[in-house]
Amino acid sequence: MHRIELVCPAGSLPALKTAVDHGADCVYLGFKDATNARNFSGLNFDPAQVREGIAYAHARGRKVLLALNTYPQAANWPSWTAAIDRAAEYGVDAVILADPGLMAYAAKNHPQLRLHLSVQGSATSYEAINFYRERFGIQRAVLPRVLSMAQVEQVIANTPVEIEVFGFGGLCVMVEGRCALSAYATGESPNCNGACSPGKHVRWEDTPRGMETRLNGILIDRFADGERAGYPTLCKGRFEVNDETYYALEEPTSLNTLELLPELARIGIRAIKIEGRQRSPAYVAQVTRVWRAALDRLQAAPDAFQVTPGWMAELNKVSEGQSHTLGAYYRPWK
Amino acid sequence: MKLALGPLLYYWPRQSVLDFYADIADSPIDSVYLGETVCSRRHELRLEDWLEVGKVLAAAGKEVVMSSQGLVESESDLKTLRRIVRQCADGEPGFRVEANDMGAVRLLGEAGVRGWVAGPTLNIFNPTTLQLMINAGATRWAVAPEISGAALAEVRAALAAPIETEVFAYGRLPLAHSARCFTARHFNLQKDTCEFRCLAINDGITLRTREGEPFLTLNGVQTQSARVHNLLGDLASVQGKAELLRISPQGTHTRDIVELFRATLAGARSPAEALDDCRPMMVEAPCNGFWHGRAGVEQYVAA
Repeated sequence: MHRIELVCPAGSLPALKTAVDHGADCVYLGFKDATNARNFSGLNFDPAQVREGIAYAHARGRKVLLALNTYPQAANWPSWTAAIDRAAEYGVDAVILADPGLMAYAAKNHPQLRLHLSVQGSATSYEAINFYRERFGIQRAVLPRVLSMAQVEQVIANTPVEIEVFGFGGLCVMVEGRCALSAYATGESPNCNGACSPGKHVRWEDTPRGMETRLNGILIDRFADGERAGYPTLCKGRFEVNDETYYALEEPTSLNTLELLPELARIGIRAIKIEGRQRSPAYVAQVTRVWRAALDRLQAAPDAFQVTPGWMAELNKVSEGQSHTLGAYYRPWK
Repeated sequence: MKLALGPLLYYWPRQSVLDFYADIADSPIDSVYLGETVCSRRHELRLEDWLEVGKVLAAAGKEVVMSSQGLVESESDLKTLRRIVRQCADGEPGFRVEANDMGAVRLLGEAGVRGWVAGPTLNIFNPTTLQLMINAGATRWAVAPEISGAALAEVRAALAAPIETEVFAYGRLPLAHSARCFTARHFNLQKDTCEFRCLAINDGITLRTREGEPFLTLNGVQTQSARVHNLLGDLASVQGKAELLRISPQGTHTRDIVELFRATLAGARSPAEALDDCRPMMVEAPCNGFWHGRAGVEQYVAA
């Protein structure tokens, strides 16, 4: 059995140090601009912080992965290639890319730089993953959160590329990289602008009908007194379909695959990714601690692995909507 | 300017589909994209049936393109994909292929097929990536609807040699794919036992905000816009940026809409008049924001 790497989010230098201190094998981060899919104000790293973060992680034998996983356009292409040049210069352990053009650039100009295929690349089959391997030499692919366990196993059986899957955190119900819902509502998308349902388009309005959340004027949800009003991520609002009002696409919930760890290990997953660069260092600490403990337990005694109630309780505290799902791993979810 | 009929995104009864394409055969359309691109559980027409439809359309002088599925999940999805590539490579019947994921691009390369269409879900946003696809054998670029006219012009201007470009010009916008079926979810069913409830919902199910405003459309595992993206009023700014306009099939009036586009391109109607003529045939209000680099939901009229 391969040792599974724990890949944790770092939206800031304190979060990075927290992740490392609590047992992350790798941390992933992004620059302070639209080159990554968590382009939120107050988040991410300037050059000095990247250097300090890398030094901190490397001094402790951990890796730093840099997400450059949005799609550059003709006009802003040089910003993305400059970001790759900087990543190579700073000595990150890998860059996480989605755009084939950027992969070609990286492979040509920085052949020693390790390439990971981002979840935003939307590669859901081994044929797609092998395309990126043959063309650009990617060494790892992060799978979109759409496949069943059997389908993930089939992918792993048919590619030499290491496979990383999401283990915990905010859940995209749509195939990552193939979702233009935010672009449709706001003009800004994860693909091109690095943000879904961006904050500058969000309005919270206390009305006689309840607290209303809007995205670019579009009503995403309305909350009764005593209901916890969540952020208006547009696929997680309540809408009317044939006169029925419900979470038509997805509830506000988090993915949590802790109980699937032995199965994920058996089929040969190489890394588990924790979502949440937009979350606080406290979140990073809590989630990293639990997953570190679980992975260590699994490594020590794979056949005796059991999820403890304490782990689940800790994770539920930081879950979106205080609830969790196995997502596409659980057939009825579909 | 050529007109292309995009793949049928909805699940219609077999006879309705056959009747629909029989009608299209003598319509003023140049290219027809065929095949199931949304959900592999749909089976009113199997791949062989689609190829038969293609033969009829080809005999009527249409260019036929077989579209591959946007979200490939299972080994059985890959099997279908390989057959789509093989019918092209073997020349039986040899229809061109629209690649809608990188797995399709890989298989086309492996089979030595060139002259394929780079589909709208390949995430081609810049000239470097488009050039890679051209080098791999793409000879047409079906642009993702979210890319603006200005952005696609920049991509084209930066290419070593031009590529035929197709723009999504009419229809509810395909916005997202999921593993989850939202139609089954609406009927409190699981996807595995969905009872094919999307069958005969001709234009998908409209999702409204809690203020009753039409917002999105549920079409099985696909989510579309509720509004109809319509570039009829913008044809002047499309000229020079694309060589083909894609019209996405809808439950009724598709042929009339094709004819309206044809007449407008021929100068028989002004774009503004054409858009007005089109309104009664649309399932929802128009939008064109994406083309203008704005939120897709907007209906933008230049001041």
